[in-house]
Amino acid sequence: MLSRVADGLYWMSRYLERAEHTARLIGVGLNLMLDQTPESVEVRWKRLLAALRTAPPPEGATEAYAITRALTFDPANPNAIVSCIALARENARQVRQQISSEMWEQVNRLYLFVRSASPEKIWQGEPIEFYQAVKEGAHLFQGITDSTMTHGEGWYFIQVGRYLERAGATAMLLDVHFRPYLEASRDPALSLEYNDWVGLLKCATAFEAYCKVYTADVQPETVAEFLLLDGEFPHSVRFAADRVQRGLQAIAQSTGTRSGGRAERLAGRLRASLDYGQVEEIMADNMHAYLDDIQRQCAAIHSAIYQTYVTYPVEKALDS
Amino acid sequence: MLTEHRARANGHSLFATYDLGAVYDEMFDEAGEPRPHYRLLYQRLQELSARDLQQRQSYADLTFLNQGITFTVYGDDQGTERIFPYDLLPRIVTHDEWAVIEAGLKQRIQALNMFLHDIYHQARILADKVVPRELVYTCPHFRREMRNVAVPQQVYISITGTDLVRLPSGEFVVLEDNLRVPSGVSYMLTNRAVMKRAFPGLFANYGVRPIDHYGHALLTTLRALAPAHRPDPTIVVLTPGVYNSAYFEHTFLARLMGVELVEGRDLLVHDNIVYMRTTAGLRRVDVIYRRVDDDFIDPLAFRADSILGAAGLFNAFRAGNVSLANAVGTGVADDKAIYAYVPKIIKYYLGEDPILSNVETYLCEDPGERAYVLEHLDELVVKAVGESGGYGMLIGPHSTAEERERFRRLIEAHPRNYIAQPTLQFSRAPCFVDGRVEPRHVDLRPYILNSGDQITIVPGGLTRVALRKGSLVVNSSQGGGSKDTWVLFE
Repeated sequence: MLSRVADGLYWMSRYLERAEHTARLIGVGLNLMLDQTPESVEVRWKRLLAALRTAPPPEGATEAYAITRALTFDPANPNAIVSCIALARENARQVRQQISSEMWEQVNRLYLFVRSASPEKIWQGEPIEFYQAVKEGAHLFQGITDSTMTHGEGWYFIQVGRYLERAGATAMLLDVHFRPYLEASRDPALSLEYNDWVGLLKCATAFEAYCKVYTADVQPETVAEFLLLDGEFPHSVRFAADRVQRGLQAIAQSTGTRSGGRAERLAGRLRASLDYGQVEEIMADNMHAYLDDIQRQCAAIHSAIYQTYVTYPVEKALDS
Repeated sequence: MLTEHRARANGHSLFATYDLGAVYDEMFDEAGEPRPHYRLLYQRLQELSARDLQQRQSYADLTFLNQGITFTVYGDDQGTERIFPYDLLPRIVTHDEWAVIEAGLKQRIQALNMFLHDIYHQARILADKVVPRELVYTCPHFRREMRNVAVPQQVYISITGTDLVRLPSGEFVVLEDNLRVPSGVSYMLTNRAVMKRAFPGLFANYGVRPIDHYGHALLTTLRALAPAHRPDPTIVVLTPGVYNSAYFEHTFLARLMGVELVEGRDLLVHDNIVYMRTTAGLRRVDVIYRRVDDDFIDPLAFRADSILGAAGLFNAFRAGNVSLANAVGTGVADDKAIYAYVPKIIKYYLGEDPILSNVETYLCEDPGERAYVLEHLDELVVKAVGESGGYGMLIGPHSTAEERERFRRLIEAHPRNYIAQPTLQFSRAPCFVDGRVEPRHVDLRPYILNSGDQITIVPGGLTRVALRKGSLVVNSSQGGGSKDTWVLFE
């Protein structure tokens, strides 16, 4: 497969995952807003912005409309949903002949849908429905991908892109919730309520799955355990790391990779640390540093993928 | 008499404003009766209302939009994409008409290919003074670098799209040859696919010859071009990239053939071998169907500022390690001044009379013809010889005094750069416009594949439509659209 194509598939997938993640967080945020005090609303929007690594819009960070608009429609914001979907589509266009027509049509439809949406109208109407539609559009794309594309090298690049994005984003999401929680022993104003933990689970579509394992008894430790270390839930960090590693193994196999599989080794190390991690130790130690490190490892895996498959030096390739 | 017959054609409300005019009408004969091969379509239209047609039209438009069969509007930072206008009503060509077109195009391509081989080798035709030497050597698309370069199977032009128009007499004539990187074949194929979904019943009953084998035929043509010592060649399509207006077509063709679509940055040349950069390392490339102009394929050989090609590609080609379709330097044979000599070229190499005629052409290079052209600017169509896509054109009868003055100065400054032709009243075909069926000017671009020992033309082509009322310009860059083209079984 062309290196440029692998790159396009990988980013197409990452951007769609990012758009879906943002839509999910905003959807949950809007839902939570319905039963909150104005003060807690402000705190929660700030948290949401931090989870998405986005600076608050200048015109008053508390204003829900301004925030969601910036996160959704601001073309100057590279992480806005509309930007992510446009970039996903742009990448899909670059690799148009490598993906199925059904996949292309779906990403194109999703793009046309968000582009033609009017922020004012959505806000005055049913904003939650809009975010629901974005999420479903992204899910549909994943379903179409799984059922219409050969599960070969290209498909694995799509998997790696999606799960690497997810691992990093979930780690970040956990961090913005657990940092104030762990610091609350010093400053009670930062403490999180039951609703916040439920909100966190919902941000990872994990509430129902969590209840099946731990019942509706929502405790920070078990939330952390579930979202970090659960082996079977698709939005946990461990699950994502596992998929990244499997994907990289499959890619190495189909390309007969020469360079010792640095990306594979890094992914294996991340997965192993999550496989054998203990939530008590993580929380007792320095959880913020731990979550930070996961994100750093994700970035290292990304670089290793690039060095192995996309931007490798030509001299080395000619020698082999 | 005529008005009576016109009323006949206008018997149905969809045709209420249909004006037969003085040109050849594809659907109706001079008496206003539907021609035999259009009768079934005419009857079917009688049963449909404007609303039915509108529904199908919207369905077709949506299909194009959803499939992303669009072009980017340049100079619009919103990244607006438009679909190429598609007209619902098919253009129908009879079996006998097609037989003439097919034979004529095969003859023409064969002769033009021999012409290219000749001028890049012994140049006999120039020595024999059939084509003026200076006309060839002053052509901007003549590539001195191609002198004595052996191209595989002596095939210079693998893929051609020749533009035909139909004169009031009903005869098809050649308007221009596109021997460099002709585009539009993806529209021929997608128009057909959409047509089958919009009018399945009608289509099934009409006896339309299939065109679906184009992808296979193209692949076969490219395979035949592979260097002899490469039995299992790697074939790629080279695109300028996603911002090129024909990008959709490039992806479409790569997918159709199941080959990689590459950009210049995917390629590199080492020791005169072309490689593409893959996730499994470098992979050798044998045949490139390039959709990048000569000027841009190799910054070392041609334009140094190009980033669309690969440095060293031309040397690899010259060394016979990679084949290009089409070869470099074919543009000299579709130069609009050389065009005037094509009938003589056919006669010279094949000893045959041309089956398809040319349009009468005045070379501004010739002082006598130039004087005539300058005197009749308001009647003629003036074209720049090296341009395509409807650019650099003056349509005399539709021009302003200012434009004519501008062209007068251009012609006087660079006579070699211009030719003129009479303003053709080429044929019109029924189109669905604003809830009614109205006639619009159409041309026909069949696609010719030449693998050396065989020339293949899929029965059909792209019928381009000048959708603006009265307009004679069918180019998509100038507000043209297209429609499906049906060639019938006997």
